Formats: sequence, C-alpha cells, structure tokens
Amino acid sequence: MQITVKTFAQTREISKTPTLSIDVVVDSDTEATIAHVIAQLRELDRNWALALEGSILTAKNQQLCDSSTVLSPGDEVAFFPPVTGG
Amino acid sequence: MFAYIQEQDFDQGELYAQLQSQASAKTIGNTGAIVTFTGLVRDFNNAGDIDGIELEHYPGMTEKALSTLIDKAIERFSLTSAGAVHRVGRIYNNEQIVWVGCAAAHRQAAFDGACFLMDMLKQSVPLWKKEFKGDNSTWVEAKGSDDAAALKWMSER
Repeated sequence: MQITVKTFAQTREISKTPTLSIDVVVDSDTEATIAHVIAQLRELDRNWALALEGSILTAKNQQLCDSSTVLSPGDEVAFFPPVTGG
Repeated sequence: MFAYIQEQDFDQGELYAQLQSQASAKTIGNTGAIVTFTGLVRDFNNAGDIDGIELEHYPGMTEKALSTLIDKAIERFSLTSAGAVHRVGRIYNNEQIVWVGCAAAHRQAAFDGACFLMDMLKQSVPLWKKEFKGDNSTWVEAKGSDDAAALKWMSER
C-alpha cells in the first residue's frame, strides 16, 4: 500500500528526508497502521532510526493521531517533534 | 473567525477592526469585551543572546489546526468572534510573531478565550522555532510548563 511520508523540524533534519513515498508491507489479514510505517522506516537506514527515536508526534492526513491509527492507500503520514509555536 | 499563517508582519489595528466587525455582524450590540494578545520575539534565550528565530511549519495542517482551535474557543467560551495570526519564516528580535483576539459579551470569556488559544496553540499547531545567531541555529525544545498549561484547559472542562 502506497503512502506519502513527510517530516518536519528536527525529524526532517535527522532523517535527511523531507518527503518520501513508501510501500507499506503488511500481511493480507492485517490492517496497516502508523506503527508499521515507523518499523519499516527504522529499517531503512540509521538516519531514520535516529529521527524516530524519543517523543515524536504523528499526523495522518494533517490530523494528529497515534501509532495505532489505521492507514488507507494514498494517506499522508507526518512525523515531527513536539511543537514550539506561540 | 479568521486564522492566518503568513511570513509578513501584521497590523494589530487592522486585525482588531476585522475581529470587531465580525463580532458585530454576528450579534449586533452584544459584544462588550475584546481581549487581544501579541507575542514578540525576545532577544535572549537559555543559551544567551540571539538575532532572531526561524519558524518552520506544516503547510496545510497549520492552517487547519489553528482554525479548529479557534472554532473550539468560540464554542467553549461563547465568543462572538475570535481570530489568530501566526508568522512563519525568519523573524528578528522584538518583532511581532503571534496575535490572538477574542470578542465576547463579557470580559472573563474574552480573557479566558485568549489564554486558551495561546496555551493550546503552543501544543497542537505544527510550528517549530529555531533560534539563530549569525550562522548558528538551535531548535527550541518544547517546555513542560507549556504542556501543563494546555492540560489545565483539557482537565477543567
């Protein structure tokens, strides 16, 4: 299942990947979740493994979500550190 | 209601006028209080003096998250209108960075609405500050006190 991954701030700098299109691979009887994406990205390379360490927020289609959130093909998933606006 | 994410500076007078006209369009004569807050870039941080900050955001989500927050404030505090502006990009010391305004029948709701917007904005709108001095820059870490301020509104309901 193809999805788009985006990163921001420290997560973008450490992963060195602002955006990436990936094929999320899960068993046919399993629903793909954010947790699957994180596991798959961590395996990509050391930069991704480092970028996804610690407290990282996740968003699906521009709404905050958690690691159990179920994904659909074409979804936009974003990873970023706690926000510091204001 | 209005929510702007922009690089350019803003004029508080124009924003106030917009808020007031929206409030009176909704309920003529029922707005007895307007509270506004403006945040500025300080010239000093934990690591010493800085030249300014660079704000990164998540285009698309930032606007949506800010709009959602304002709608929540309007509903929760029965505001007659509310609006917010947040700048992104490079902002130098002492410049304006954020503005929120709340209009209500009475002052307490307007004050509470403005506090709620700022406290929640610091936790749920995808903006990230990087402080810079010359060619060096450092990301600002999220503060526990900001989390606590937002949690207070979540638990008080």
